[in-house]
Amino acid sequence: MRGNIPAYDVRAPKSLTEALEFLHREPGAWKPLAGGTDLMVLLEMGVLEHKRLLSLHAVPELKGIREEKDRFVIGALTTFGEIQAHAELCREFPLLREAAASVGAIAIQNRATLAGNIANASPAADSAPALLALDAKLELASHEGSRWVEYRAFHTGYKKTLLQQGELIRAIALPKLAPGYVHAFRKVGTRKAQAISKVAFAGLARKAPDGKLTEVRLAFGSVAPTAFRATTAESRLQGRVLDLALIRDAKQALQQQLTPIDDVRSTAEYRRRVSLNLLEDFLLQAKNRGEA
Amino acid sequence: MASRLRKEGREKLTGRSQYVDDLRLPGHPEVLHGTTVRSPVARGTLKAVRFGGSIPWKDFVIVTAKDIPAIGGKNAIAHILHDQPCLVDEQINHPEEAIVLLAHPDRFLLEEARRHVTFEIDPLPAVFTIEKSLLKDPVIWGKDNTFKEFTIEKGDVDGVWQTADLIVEGEYHTGAQEQLYIEPNGMIAVANANEGVTVWGSMQCPYYVHHALTHLFALPDDKVRVIQAETGGGFGGKEDYPSMIACHAALLAWKAGKPVKIIYDRAEDLAATTKRHPSSTRHRTAVSRDGKLLAMDIDFLLDGGAYMTISTVVLSRGGIHAAGPYECPNVRIHARALATNSPPYGAFRGFGAPQSLFALERHMDEIAAKVGLAPEELRRRNFLQEGKATATGQIIREKLDLPKLLDSALQSSEFIKKRKAFQEANQDPANPIKRGMGLSTFMHGAGFTGSGEKMLASVAAVEATPAGTVRVLASNTEIGQGQRTVFAQLVADALGIDFDLVEVVQPDTKIVPNSGPTVASRTTMIVGKLVETAAISLRQTLIQSGCLAKTYTTAEFRKACGEYLSKLGALKCFSQYQQPGHIDWDDQKYRGDAYGTFAWAVYVAEVSVDLRTYEAQVDHFTAVQEIGKVVHPVLAAGQIEGGVLQGIGYALSEEVQLRNGRMANNRLTNYIIPTAADAPDIKVIFAENPYPHGPQGAKGIGELPLDGVAPAVLNAVAMALGPEAASRIHSIPLLPESLMKALDGAAESVKGERS
Repeated sequence: MRGNIPAYDVRAPKSLTEALEFLHREPGAWKPLAGGTDLMVLLEMGVLEHKRLLSLHAVPELKGIREEKDRFVIGALTTFGEIQAHAELCREFPLLREAAASVGAIAIQNRATLAGNIANASPAADSAPALLALDAKLELASHEGSRWVEYRAFHTGYKKTLLQQGELIRAIALPKLAPGYVHAFRKVGTRKAQAISKVAFAGLARKAPDGKLTEVRLAFGSVAPTAFRATTAESRLQGRVLDLALIRDAKQALQQQLTPIDDVRSTAEYRRRVSLNLLEDFLLQAKNRGEA
Repeated sequence: MASRLRKEGREKLTGRSQYVDDLRLPGHPEVLHGTTVRSPVARGTLKAVRFGGSIPWKDFVIVTAKDIPAIGGKNAIAHILHDQPCLVDEQINHPEEAIVLLAHPDRFLLEEARRHVTFEIDPLPAVFTIEKSLLKDPVIWGKDNTFKEFTIEKGDVDGVWQTADLIVEGEYHTGAQEQLYIEPNGMIAVANANEGVTVWGSMQCPYYVHHALTHLFALPDDKVRVIQAETGGGFGGKEDYPSMIACHAALLAWKAGKPVKIIYDRAEDLAATTKRHPSSTRHRTAVSRDGKLLAMDIDFLLDGGAYMTISTVVLSRGGIHAAGPYECPNVRIHARALATNSPPYGAFRGFGAPQSLFALERHMDEIAAKVGLAPEELRRRNFLQEGKATATGQIIREKLDLPKLLDSALQSSEFIKKRKAFQEANQDPANPIKRGMGLSTFMHGAGFTGSGEKMLASVAAVEATPAGTVRVLASNTEIGQGQRTVFAQLVADALGIDFDLVEVVQPDTKIVPNSGPTVASRTTMIVGKLVETAAISLRQTLIQSGCLAKTYTTAEFRKACGEYLSKLGALKCFSQYQQPGHIDWDDQKYRGDAYGTFAWAVYVAEVSVDLRTYEAQVDHFTAVQEIGKVVHPVLAAGQIEGGVLQGIGYALSEEVQLRNGRMANNRLTNYIIPTAADAPDIKVIFAENPYPHGPQGAKGIGELPLDGVAPAVLNAVAMALGPEAASRIHSIPLLPESLMKALDGAAESVKGERS
């Protein structure tokens, strides 16, 4: 343990109002702490700069999963374990279930929260590609009230987000999907558990009876400063019938959005090529769906 | 007989075992925390040390190299040579080298303080690779950067090249590997002029630590006491480095006048302590058209890091194993260990053999492909047999049946059938998963190399207590491998009494004789035999004294012990190692019996490679080995299974990334060991062939599995990817990034549509 424990202060408000008050009274002073699975790593290394931590563990308004007519609303503090244990949610969004099951290990999944994963804003966040592909919306709460934002607009740069001072993620909403989607999730991290992704992919696609793609959503993690939707590739594919030439075309379009780096976990070249391979694989799968 | 329960299993499972960080020292309410300030550079001259920040430095105990002469000792960690300082005086030779020691009661403040010690250093040019070290520019160690060099010669290699049908060449590389014991290193020391030095800690070799402390403090043997705390794994990683930590803790304790505890966290343990030696091996092999090995010319190089530590011995074992379990009339093995400015490399399960056997066994597959034989057939045509000689000229004097081990492995893994099926399925370019079968055949010499055991002359003892129980006294340590259980079993069986009556004493140099280090697959075979022999003489003493009849029950045995002790005093029987008569070794020429015996094995890996992600995974593993007689089936299988998984990590994922000699990925998130989820199903098969000089016929087992896993896995990957890519698969770890590169330029049929 390299963190200087006596130098830290932790408060645990009992309600959302109280938590938002803390953030409001001393702007920027308090770092929200949810499951702690990212912050405790920094603490152990002795590099957790925020000395005052606001534990949200006892805030009831941030918990629970609720099904509405056309969407699911997931409380910010919902853990990846709770996501996997929620049968209706998992049936509706197998992508989310697979992403949740790919986080760290079971012990981590039991603590790590969906909003924590989002707010920590790592480009390698395991939930990000799935949330992007599912068109997630975030409810951001502050002393003044709350607002909804599109998740795909939330990450504005490396470790930068739309969160203003005094704001917390309150909930994540996922619109229900029409039936008939092909989906794929793939986390590439060299081992099957306790991995940090080198490349992560989530895809959703739907075809009309004539074979035209009526919708295609492609999301990548770990290959750019933020997780992103491959919009250029998506628009090439939209309304077209998949064939090998179109798949090559989509891969070329994806190339433009890939800006991977070399680091201690992998190489830019590897990340780039695996991204392209995963896209191709998903599109081949979508192409073959419904073909004899 | 059913396997005995692990002696300390209940304590470990219930969390009651006392590891070094759990210890409370009676009579010492206050224990200071100690920490180490380390070099930020690989090589340089230390000009000044600065103590900055708003740290109350006067409250700290501070030790530097300047404190050592005052104590009377020499600033060195005594091992084979005394070239490694305990603390840097002026010359820095690797990153993370210890320069300043600090102690304070508050461990959080201590860590703050550590960050505020800075150094003024004049950097010097450094060497980070074997290739650069060979150039001797600059010379960083000794006269020519060479820790040790030797040549093993059999027959006349150079007379063969002209006439051979085929010559096959290859170059192979292996990376460093971290042992990754669960419990990081740690020591507690009490040290003062009156009492001398006592340390408790996590270690494999109490007498190595004892030796280092007596030299550093210039104290007589009886003024230094080393006690092993329960130890959470070692794998060789706690062979020599604990001496360093013990010396550090003891220096701080001496100056503080209070006990000092140093516990490494994982980041420090990964960055600063020893790892497996990286290697580079060149093979040149002459072979006949029908696949007989005619000549093997092997150049074997190890990166030893900045100081000698035990590199010379690692080199010996690696070099001796380099020609494998094959009979070849002409062999030359040229072996060198070289200095670089990385932290010194040290012992790790296999001790040089995994490196040289990786090269050989990968090379054998390359030879097979060139000759046009199946890999198993090439091996079968060259196997050593009883009466034939190894590379060092050691005549095999045991009933060695490698074809039987091979057949068992082939059958059990369905090798031939699966290979055929995979070869067909792999032809389909639409299939992104390619599968392969690979094998390796190898051996591991048990016990110290050459005359090592003779020079150690280990002693173990067994004593009776008034309650009629029996205590086993040896310096060998329980490090998770089951030493305590196996010693108790050997003694219980030798005495014909209940297992529960035998206690294996926690190693403490004040109490136990020096039965040598816990290394080299020697604990069961060498020391277990001493323990068994001592038990037999204890029984004979009891019988001869008239206290015990020739046949007896456990209850009668207990009664007899009590009677003997009250009538005649202590009953303690010693046994000292006697080299078996058949061993004849020449240390100078590297000729003769390198080991008393070998364990033999054939391993098979079944892998799949995903061409979308370039990830290889092991789906099934079959480990067939002959280890003499299996003493404890559950522990023995556990050794193999654990070793196989450690070998899979060595082969596919564990990469020590060095940046200017420093480990850049010294965290468990970035240094990728396999998890339970990555473990394949592992089939463990033992063939038995009792070794007359081992207890109950046992040979050594611990290191064996590490030797053969990586080549079997890489051979399987090579098969999966086809011959073109295979010729580029010569290095481990084979990470997905390097597998991708190996595929580049390979036939389109392998790559299919993939970019």
